[in-house]
Amino acid sequence: MQLDLIAWLIPLPPILAFAAIVLWAYRSNRLSHGLAIGGVAISWGLAMLLFVQTLGIERFGEHPVTSSVRWLPTGQSALEIGVLVDPLSTIGLFFVAWTLLAIFVYSVGYHNFGHQADPQDVKGLPPKSGGIEPMYARFFAFISLFAFGMLVLVLSDNLLLLFIGWELMGLCSYLLIGFWYGRPSAREAMVKAFLTTRVGDVFMLLGIAYLYSQTGTLSFRQILYNEQVLNTLASTPAVIGGLSAAGLIGLLLFIGTIGKSAQWPLHVWLPDAMEGPTPVSALIHAATMVSAGIYMILRIFPLLTAGWHEGGGLTPTMMVIAGLGAFTALFAATIAVAQKDIKRVLAYSTISQLGYMVAAVGIGAFVAAAFHLVTHAFFKALLFLGSGSVIHGVEHGVHETHEHVDPQDMFNMGGLRHKMPVTFWTFLLGGLALSGFPILTAGFWSKDEILADAFAHGHTLVFWMLALAALLTAFYTMRQITLTFLGKPRSQAVGHAHESTWTMTAPLVVLAVFAVGFGWVGIPEAFPGLGGILPNWFHEFVGGALPEHPAAIAFDPTPLLVSVGVALGGLLLGWLTYRRIQAGAPDPLRRLLGPVYPVLENKYYFDELYDYAIVRPAYWLAETFTYTFLDRRVIDGLLHAIGRNSLRVGAFLRSRIDLPVVNGIGDWIGESTKSSGHQIRVVQSGRVQQYLLVGIVFTGLIISFFLLAGA
Amino acid sequence: MIPLSWYLILAAGLFTIGLFGVLARRNAVAILMSIELMLNAVILNLVAFWRYGQPVDISGQVFAIIVFAVAASEAAVGLALILSIYRRRSTVAAEDINMLKW
Amino acid sequence: MTAMQAVFLLLGLVTFISAVMVVVSPQLIHAGLWLVLTLAGVAGLFVLLEAPFLAVVQVVIYIGAIAILIIFAIMLTRRMLRDEGRQLNSLWAGALVVTLILYAVLVFLILQEPSLAAASQPIQAESSVLLADLGRALVDVDRFILPFEVASVLLLAALIGAIYVARPMMAGEDRERQE
Repeated sequence: MQLDLIAWLIPLPPILAFAAIVLWAYRSNRLSHGLAIGGVAISWGLAMLLFVQTLGIERFGEHPVTSSVRWLPTGQSALEIGVLVDPLSTIGLFFVAWTLLAIFVYSVGYHNFGHQADPQDVKGLPPKSGGIEPMYARFFAFISLFAFGMLVLVLSDNLLLLFIGWELMGLCSYLLIGFWYGRPSAREAMVKAFLTTRVGDVFMLLGIAYLYSQTGTLSFRQILYNEQVLNTLASTPAVIGGLSAAGLIGLLLFIGTIGKSAQWPLHVWLPDAMEGPTPVSALIHAATMVSAGIYMILRIFPLLTAGWHEGGGLTPTMMVIAGLGAFTALFAATIAVAQKDIKRVLAYSTISQLGYMVAAVGIGAFVAAAFHLVTHAFFKALLFLGSGSVIHGVEHGVHETHEHVDPQDMFNMGGLRHKMPVTFWTFLLGGLALSGFPILTAGFWSKDEILADAFAHGHTLVFWMLALAALLTAFYTMRQITLTFLGKPRSQAVGHAHESTWTMTAPLVVLAVFAVGFGWVGIPEAFPGLGGILPNWFHEFVGGALPEHPAAIAFDPTPLLVSVGVALGGLLLGWLTYRRIQAGAPDPLRRLLGPVYPVLENKYYFDELYDYAIVRPAYWLAETFTYTFLDRRVIDGLLHAIGRNSLRVGAFLRSRIDLPVVNGIGDWIGESTKSSGHQIRVVQSGRVQQYLLVGIVFTGLIISFFLLAGA
Repeated sequence: MIPLSWYLILAAGLFTIGLFGVLARRNAVAILMSIELMLNAVILNLVAFWRYGQPVDISGQVFAIIVFAVAASEAAVGLALILSIYRRRSTVAAEDINMLKW
Repeated sequence: MTAMQAVFLLLGLVTFISAVMVVVSPQLIHAGLWLVLTLAGVAGLFVLLEAPFLAVVQVVIYIGAIAILIIFAIMLTRRMLRDEGRQLNSLWAGALVVTLILYAVLVFLILQEPSLAAASQPIQAESSVLLADLGRALVDVDRFILPFEVASVLLLAALIGAIYVARPMMAGEDRERQE
């Protein structure tokens, strides 16, 4: 089969599954999940087929597979829909397809398929006692739609289609975060997520429009691989500031990523998004949706770095991106250290790791950023699914013992490694990957490459910030593992937990394999010892996506030592601090950090800040200003005034003009005719002698007149 | 010799006296009598002009005779009318016979 | 002043004064009698004017028929025609003024015309010839037969009309009138 045809077909099965479930299959839970998983499996198969095929293509980056269709005519040209299969989209398809399939299968077990439906359960709230999810089919419909959106985004060949996929995922994120809409916290979280990402999307749309106005096209191949276009954009001054057009466009598009990938300052939605079911957290907030933000800036990398040469100074746009990414990485890591909800820790960890990728793009490390994107997708999805398994196990224990504990609070857990071994080992592998445990895990290779790139090109501030963030990452990860799995159970419910079903544990194993194995395809050739055994396939393959193939970095021991040091050191510190926590004991950090701890625990009060600065004024504007004042008082007041005054004018006209003048004239004509008639008819007295007299007089007058006139 | 003008002046005088009577008398019969006076003045005029014009041409006298006939018939009819009016309105004062009005 | 003139003046004066009395008399019967005198005076004037036939016609018709008729009407209907109060109506002042002006104008006009001041020419024919001619003229087809016949028809019409208008009301008419 032709490659472009395969590419067109890949997004199709999930959207067909969505339509089928929504229209009729929702009546049967088995059929619904069958259609959904079947759809995503077919997409996975086609993606793997495509991947394998493209491996054999020489210089794939210069001859990608493209195919497009004219869609919206706009004067001379037209907006298009099309697919672009180049190294970046192939690698994107790879990790998206695997993680989608894993998460879809996991969802079957997570939503208790096979259990009885509990009559106490209500649609819109999670099942109380392990019954099957009442809205089971709806879930699979939504995640199928989501899969379609992500696949469209990865395969698109122009910014408009990418944006369509982007927005579609935003919609599904909204729907899925608020899946359990019966909970007020979920409802608030879904709106918050949508609106916060919307802020980013508005700027992104501005960037797209600006780009279109400058170049007349949105196609990636035509803009990003065209030296002339890039140079023109780099040299044209932008409408504001001292930026070039390329710089401003890049910045605007990057703001979309700030929203979608939850970078500071638009990070506030992601922790709240943990209200959704855990597969949703894994799907949206680890594997795919937030990765879409990174994918997009990787896609437009030539535009972002227009005017920059490898090894040269960073453009203003790149400096902003790098600085923001590094800051977010450190910022989120500090907050993660003080969280006690198992999913919250992972949420802030995601924000932090995304900051790594953003920083990598900012310093121009394209391949490193792409590498970390892929590895992070695997191990973060693994960690989220693992946490879901843990929560399920603890909930089971809560039902058995009727103890009222929060199943997501790590300080209630402990000793789960004996109760849930598969979950424990896979979670451990994921956690080590996240921390960057040397050599063994994929996370080490990708994180190390970013640090090495930063150090080699002299971006020392970024380097140290990222290194510090790595230390904290290792620390809180070990904290999480220690509290959850090691030691002894700190509550009775946890003591009664048991391992989850195979539909939940099998995907964990698969993802763990990738979390460990994927790193080996990206070992730098200059690495001492291991380098050179396997070629740095990743670098070759993905590097070909750029017009200029990036050079490999020379080996430097300093960043390697720093990276290994912070990883191992952080893990050790975490283990030491938390291995002996008893039930009911407070977090030791509370005493250590003193007044700083509450600040970290409350996320630097950013939510409160936004509430005061933005949300409340918005409500005030809508409710008080616009509704009460403008709408009711001003506009309605004006209308009522117009109405009243019209009546007054009308009454005035009636009483002062219509009645006296118009009627007056009419009546006067009649009356005067009558009265003059009255007066004149006296002449007709009926007395003949009077008539005669008058006649004689007038006759005499007329005759004399004629006589005199004649004479 | 009597100039024509004397006869004419006399006839004019009779005419105007009759006219005064017509205009000023209340009683309808009196008005009728005044009308007879006016007619007489006319006949006198006619005859005077006949005599002082072409007396051989007898048409002047014929005219006067015709006027006589007319005057007679008019007097008769007028009296009959007055009687009829009196029967209906119980008055012969010309002022009171004012039905020809608004 | 010749004899003729004196006679004329006398007759004229009588006629004039009688006429004034006709108009002015408060009693109707007096006015009637004065009318008779006036008519007689006019008859005399006809004689002066050498129209004896007309003078006789005047006496017979006018005095003998018309004036008598009026007097009879007055006498027979005295109750009905009794004068009450004034005999002059409210317009008499205006009427007096107008008639005096009219008389003045007429007199002036008459005196203006010089041809009217001429004396009369003697009649070339005898009076009997004139009379015969008058008779013939009235029935001559080429002359005045038509006015003559029309006048007789007029008299007939007047006669019938007067009878009809003045007939007494019958019982049915009375009821008709009252509706």
